[in-house]
Amino acid sequence: MTVYTSATDADRRAMLDAIGVASVDELFADVPPALRLGRPLALPDGMAEQEVYEHLRELAARNVSAEDEISFLGAGMYDHYVPALIDSILQRSEFLTPYTPYQPEVSQGGLQAMFEYQTAISELTGLPVSNASVYEGPSAVGAAAYLAKLANGRARVLVSRGVHPHSRETLRTLAAGTGQEIVEVPLRDGVTDPDALAAALGDGADVNALILQQPNFLGAVEDLEPLAAAAHGVGALAICACDPIPLGILRTPGECGIDVAVGEGQTLGNRLDFGGPSFGFFAATEAHLRRMPGRIAGETKDADGRRGFVLTLQTREQHIRREKATSNICTSQALNALAGVIYLSWLGRRGLVELGELLVQRTAYARDALAAIDGIAPLHEQPVVRELALELDVPDVARVVERCAAEGVNPGYPLARDYPEHPGGLLVALTERRTREQIDRLTDVLARAVAAERSGAETPAGVGA
Amino acid sequence: MADASYPDDLLYHAEHDWARLDGDVATFGITWYAQDSLGEVVFFDPPQAGGQVRAGESYAEVESVKAVSDVIAPLSGEIVEVNDALGDAPEQINEDPYGEGWMVKVRLSDPSERDALLSAADYAAQLD
Amino acid sequence: MSAQAPSAPDGGAPAGGAEREPTTDELLVEPVLTIYERSREGRRAFAAPALDVPARPLDELLPPALRRAAPARLPEVSEPELVRHYNGISKRNFDLDSGFYPLGSCTMKHNPKLHERVAALPGNARLHPLQDPRRAQGALELMWNLQETLAEIAGLPYVSLQPSAGSHGELAGVLLTRAYHEDRGERRTKVLTPDTAHGTNPATVTMAGYEVVKVGTAPDGGVDLDDLRAKADDQVACLMLTNPNTLGLFDANIAEIARIVHGVGATLYYDGANLNAIMGITRPGDMGFDIVHFNLHKSFTQPHGGGGPGAGPIAVSERIEPFLPRPQVVRREPADGGPPSFDLDHERPKSIGKLRGFQGNYGVFVRSYAYIRSLGAAGLREASETAVLNANYLLALLKRAGVAEHLPVAYDRVCMHEFVLSGAPMRRELGIRTLDLAKRLLDFKVHPPTVYFPLLVDEALLVEPTETETKETLERFAAIVAAILREAADDPEIARQAPSTTLVRRLDEAKAAKQPVIRQPL
Repeated sequence: MTVYTSATDADRRAMLDAIGVASVDELFADVPPALRLGRPLALPDGMAEQEVYEHLRELAARNVSAEDEISFLGAGMYDHYVPALIDSILQRSEFLTPYTPYQPEVSQGGLQAMFEYQTAISELTGLPVSNASVYEGPSAVGAAAYLAKLANGRARVLVSRGVHPHSRETLRTLAAGTGQEIVEVPLRDGVTDPDALAAALGDGADVNALILQQPNFLGAVEDLEPLAAAAHGVGALAICACDPIPLGILRTPGECGIDVAVGEGQTLGNRLDFGGPSFGFFAATEAHLRRMPGRIAGETKDADGRRGFVLTLQTREQHIRREKATSNICTSQALNALAGVIYLSWLGRRGLVELGELLVQRTAYARDALAAIDGIAPLHEQPVVRELALELDVPDVARVVERCAAEGVNPGYPLARDYPEHPGGLLVALTERRTREQIDRLTDVLARAVAAERSGAETPAGVGA
Repeated sequence: MADASYPDDLLYHAEHDWARLDGDVATFGITWYAQDSLGEVVFFDPPQAGGQVRAGESYAEVESVKAVSDVIAPLSGEIVEVNDALGDAPEQINEDPYGEGWMVKVRLSDPSERDALLSAADYAAQLD
Repeated sequence: MSAQAPSAPDGGAPAGGAEREPTTDELLVEPVLTIYERSREGRRAFAAPALDVPARPLDELLPPALRRAAPARLPEVSEPELVRHYNGISKRNFDLDSGFYPLGSCTMKHNPKLHERVAALPGNARLHPLQDPRRAQGALELMWNLQETLAEIAGLPYVSLQPSAGSHGELAGVLLTRAYHEDRGERRTKVLTPDTAHGTNPATVTMAGYEVVKVGTAPDGGVDLDDLRAKADDQVACLMLTNPNTLGLFDANIAEIARIVHGVGATLYYDGANLNAIMGITRPGDMGFDIVHFNLHKSFTQPHGGGGPGAGPIAVSERIEPFLPRPQVVRREPADGGPPSFDLDHERPKSIGKLRGFQGNYGVFVRSYAYIRSLGAAGLREASETAVLNANYLLALLKRAGVAEHLPVAYDRVCMHEFVLSGAPMRRELGIRTLDLAKRLLDFKVHPPTVYFPLLVDEALLVEPTETETKETLERFAAIVAAILREAADDPEIARQAPSTTLVRRLDEAKAAKQPVIRQPL
């Protein structure tokens, strides 16, 4: 008996008697002897709670988190401040431990939270229809491509090179199953090249969808409207993966003619957690309501006329439509989406705008300060909101990062692996936690690191180990 | 419609669909049994006028809260009219499956296919 | 700006402009308000940090043409209101910490509270996924250890933690199968699933570009071997199974099934939803499965969260390993004999690629890893044994007179961790359906079992108590079911109108589907 089970010897005897067998082993009679493991699992013995805690604490101590360094790492997930009230609400048993709301009469809390979340995402994206979450950003892009296939059945998906590398790779992986051809549209001056797009669209007869990102992976704000119009011109869908916080001030996907807006929700009230769990949001125009993947909560009334909420349009989903479902998704990210709607409600109508404007100002300040460093230039001159891309004139950006890390500053994400055309690229992200003082420290540390690399100075001890 | 009914002037397909013939144009819908099994219909996904239907194959879908059902064409031909009123009032399929709940009108390509369909009596008999 | 919903909240004080004071009866009914309806212009919960850099004109930094016309109409509320609102709606949920939750196929076992503490450690919670692996050694070692554990439980050597849920793991598995066949120069077109399969299985097959072919179930509840032999040909890429199956029955023919499937060169995929029955007792790899997915939110205690997050890691055999998603967590032994280090390997030329960003739901891995370290080898085995014991005991209780004739077990065999009852006799004899029984159970503050799944059983009720329930809880549940049946014999209307003690009664789902209102109008 462990601390999580309660069958004492007396309980076992009574239960076995009632069942009519002599031992628990008899309950496994259907398992052929040849298939019995016949030995204990080759795993360590169990430990008491405080021993498990110490072990986990020791492991965690060997990670350098945003608690331990000043981090300008972004590239899809960002070190925003999560207010304490989200922790306390999410720890409530009633939100943490129930299952998907299949019995709505006892799940009104979760269903109402979904309804409020769907409303918030609809407001953020400027599109009328939102679901109750998908897993995260790149798989949401994949799900949008699947919707596009259901919508018009065409085979070629155009995706801007400004879309997150993980999203582009996920598209290619899923395309092995959907049979779609994924074609990349290059960037020019840091944004999707409209001429290259026109060429890629061609006569467009076989173009399923165009997928964009806002701001794009290099931090640039794209002019979505003409790009979406070009897609519509050939009868293709326009899809955009968006960073949700900049949507507080940027022209919404809805306003730009985008048909499906998706994105990574981590920055809305969720932690970094080494990449997950977070949530993906998924919103669309009314025309695609019945092709939406995932759960959708709807408002209705009960038998006595009381206001209530239910899962609705379930005939889209796998448990009913099975092989013809709009997606295979079952468990999604309900608890993380709850954090998302609490966060958006916490920021509020004005707070989201204030946060966005603060980010724009600090990012501009950072770009100016960093670009003024000898050996550093902006990678592009496009408007930015919270992330900027630099070109470092050094042989190896990774060594610059090492020098900065040794001083307790993580300067950002080197671009060389994902964008070989920018071997000196560095992506620097800002959140409201990165103060002017910290930006100034980054400037100082980065300047010295770049200078040292350019002069071929000796690496200090502990760097590049 | 509260009680089971299978009008004598219609022909039936075993998968719970009916046809009313008028010259070389036939009207299709689903039977009382089909709507009763489905429960309250919430959505009818109509085909396009001008499309082709083939006897024995699905040409549309009808949904209740917890189920989706294919609607099978009893006979082959070209869709000349679709009951658009079902978009706002899908419950007509439950309330008047043989009247206001009609789904499509089809110009038949092979009227002799009617010989393979069931009479009301034969259809009702094979329901048990 | 305050938002008033057109569907006015029920009860409460009359709308503004009332000519009289509300009565106590009216005030006793608390209105259901959304956060938008609590909003009042000017209230705030967030105070932005002061601008500490020189302010530049916004138009210069972000041209107006790129900016939205009007702000998102998010609510304006203070912190106390936010806390009250979400606390309030949480109390409109039943949950596992509060009561019995025998949802078949979902494995609603206790969520240990330690796990939240360790997941919240800043070294975990504030760790960026793109941190240099050399500075994330604790996280990578945790993932490696979890991989090794899952490999041992599965009996398959290679694990990817990347998929985010069971159905995501299924998609990974079928795409891996596709890559495996194509690498051998073969193009297959079909995937077999039993007719008892969970809906995610056929949905996954379609997304992976294959045709679904259903395999029948034999009278004893196992796979119909003749039907399988007839359908297994060289166009079949894979058979997706779970064992025990969704009827809660262990298919003793599994070795023969594996032989048939492998005989036509297809892969055998294990849906890990029912793993809770067999940990430490038998292993899918030993049964002949090539690919296994785990639901960390089932057997490994990740809290269900009202619908996620979860995780769906996969374990695969040697021949499937080259195709695993990237990156893979790898362990390196240094030449000088020092401690091992851990890394993320992106160089995987035959990999199917990525199914999502970064490396998966790490926060979920932390909790499941803590569970595994708490239980150890013996504890995991004991969990499965007790799950099967509890299920069989509950079944024995429900086979007693007064219940069994109305709710007979669908397959009268020893069950594993769950069992299926059929409410068809109950419907005929007592005039109440499985749905009505489920709704009446809500009045007794238990969550009903899974209803109307698997599809194979008429009026199905799929019951999975799990190992973390006491004997007394099982007895009380059986007593409640028996009492409801006696009540229905006397007056079936009570169950048909149930629930009557919950905050809302049965909801009009048809209206919600016909005229969907899926956001607050503002």
